[in-house]
Amino acid sequence: MLANNGYMPCLAIEVENLTKEYPFGFLHLKKKTSLEGLNMQVETGEVFGFIGPNGAGKSTTIKLLMRLIFPTAGSARILGKPISDVEMHRDIGYLPEQPYFYDHLTAAELLDYFARFHDLTAADRKERVERMLKKVGLETARKIQLRKYSKGMLQRVGLAQAILHDPKVVILDEPMSGLDPVGRREVRDIILELKRDGKTVMFSTHILSDAEMLCDRVGVIVGGKLRGVGAPGTLVDMKTQGMEILFELRGTSNAPLLSKATRTGDCYRLQVAEEELYAAIEQLRGAGARILSVSQVKATLEEFFMNLVEEDRAQAAAVEVSGK
Amino acid sequence: MRRVGVVALNTFREAVRDRVLYNLVFFALLMMAAAIAVGQISIGIEQTVIVSLGLSAISVIGLLISVFIGVALVSKEMDKRTLYALLAKPVRRWEFLLGKFAGLVLTLAVNTAAMALGLLVVMIYMKHSLERSDAVVLVAVYFILLKLALIVALALLFSCFTTPLLAILFTVGLYIVGFYVQELRDLPVEVMSPAMAAFTKWLSYLLPNFENFNVMAMAAHGRAVPGALILQNTLYTVVYCTIVLTAAASVFSRRNLK
Repeated sequence: MLANNGYMPCLAIEVENLTKEYPFGFLHLKKKTSLEGLNMQVETGEVFGFIGPNGAGKSTTIKLLMRLIFPTAGSARILGKPISDVEMHRDIGYLPEQPYFYDHLTAAELLDYFARFHDLTAADRKERVERMLKKVGLETARKIQLRKYSKGMLQRVGLAQAILHDPKVVILDEPMSGLDPVGRREVRDIILELKRDGKTVMFSTHILSDAEMLCDRVGVIVGGKLRGVGAPGTLVDMKTQGMEILFELRGTSNAPLLSKATRTGDCYRLQVAEEELYAAIEQLRGAGARILSVSQVKATLEEFFMNLVEEDRAQAAAVEVSGK
Repeated sequence: MRRVGVVALNTFREAVRDRVLYNLVFFALLMMAAAIAVGQISIGIEQTVIVSLGLSAISVIGLLISVFIGVALVSKEMDKRTLYALLAKPVRRWEFLLGKFAGLVLTLAVNTAAMALGLLVVMIYMKHSLERSDAVVLVAVYFILLKLALIVALALLFSCFTTPLLAILFTVGLYIVGFYVQELRDLPVEVMSPAMAAFTKWLSYLLPNFENFNVMAMAAHGRAVPGALILQNTLYTVVYCTIVLTAAASVFSRRNLK
């Protein structure tokens, strides 16, 4: 590992066999596994999306990385240093899920408070606080106490405190949560800006379009297990799943294919196998249809994700049945 | 230690903005009413009454603040999850804990000093002057502050591993028991089994001895407090708080947050 020699390590985050079990029940004798043997790596300079349904283990993983909770087994390193090294936090920015801050402070005071832990001079703190407030669109609300902030405004303050000290690795837990479309767009822009500046960004989300749009790679976690890691395009089956023909047909026709098509006014949408495309087009033309477009049908990240979730549910149901 | 200071100042600012120091208004009204009433109902013992009343008020108000806010210092941060963003900064958990402790002790020191000043003003109003022997009132106030620091440390320790309600009960319980430590030491060990005698002896040293801080009667009658007692109580508080805070830090450093 190059980290200890003063060079940038090629891996920003390394997770090895990370496991978290929670005891429950009256005497805490039963155990619920929230995360099971997670192995994962995030490379320096990439935007990594951590996606999964609610309760999948995304926040648990992030909390383990931030040492807010402690693992039952396994280890993790950030920038080549073990996560138990507190000084390593100088290079990390973190946005908690649904953040809440000291409500007796104003946004400017809160950012100044956090900046003090990074040994910044008073002038540097002032400059950075102003810059961050402007970046997250809170410069006009800078003197309002946080108790009067909306959920979306708190999310923006949270983002500002996460990147205030110019960290090398930024970990964001559900950064789009609670934001309106404008806010989401701004957060996306900030993530892309961080990437342009060479920062490593890891964020959790269950909004798949955000992950597809922003991430170099995504990790899909379901039921506490990592079910797939890769670029959003490579995770899903890239083979064409069929062809979609969009055509217009005025009047009526007895063409058998029409019964399989979806109709909207005079427009029809028909999905056929790749090898049946030309025959279908000829048949439609013969019926008097005007072909408007032909496009490939590919699986989306959402379908991949939903398949995993369904698989997991089926497995859980099977375990429950066999248990009975 | 700089990080401890940053947390402490924020804790102090939070207490001020959450209007904790508003209790001073209540204290001021109480002292004014007492000054008027004492002049009419007591003859020759005005100072005794006013000093006893003033010190009791300082102690009770401080006790309420140190127990309730002391327990909330950590539990509120965990409940509201304000702690999450902070612990992601280069701050060790024990630094956070020590900062919270120092912040509340600073709040109590300012509060207690303001109340002590109020008491002295009432004494001047009643006697038209202050004597050298009146300095014992300040020693009594100092002892109250030491006692409050000890209570904050205990409240902090309990809040690190149990619910706020139980932490309040444990702290108040220990405070009450702490006034009977001497009685525990004076138990007739000759009628006990050796194991029981050893247990009570160790227990009497383990429990905080709050009776040592009570010099209210001496202050009310203008009797000087020995310098040795001042030194002993100061050292006792420093050592006891260090032990309790070390235990609290040890528990808190291993605690999984929600």
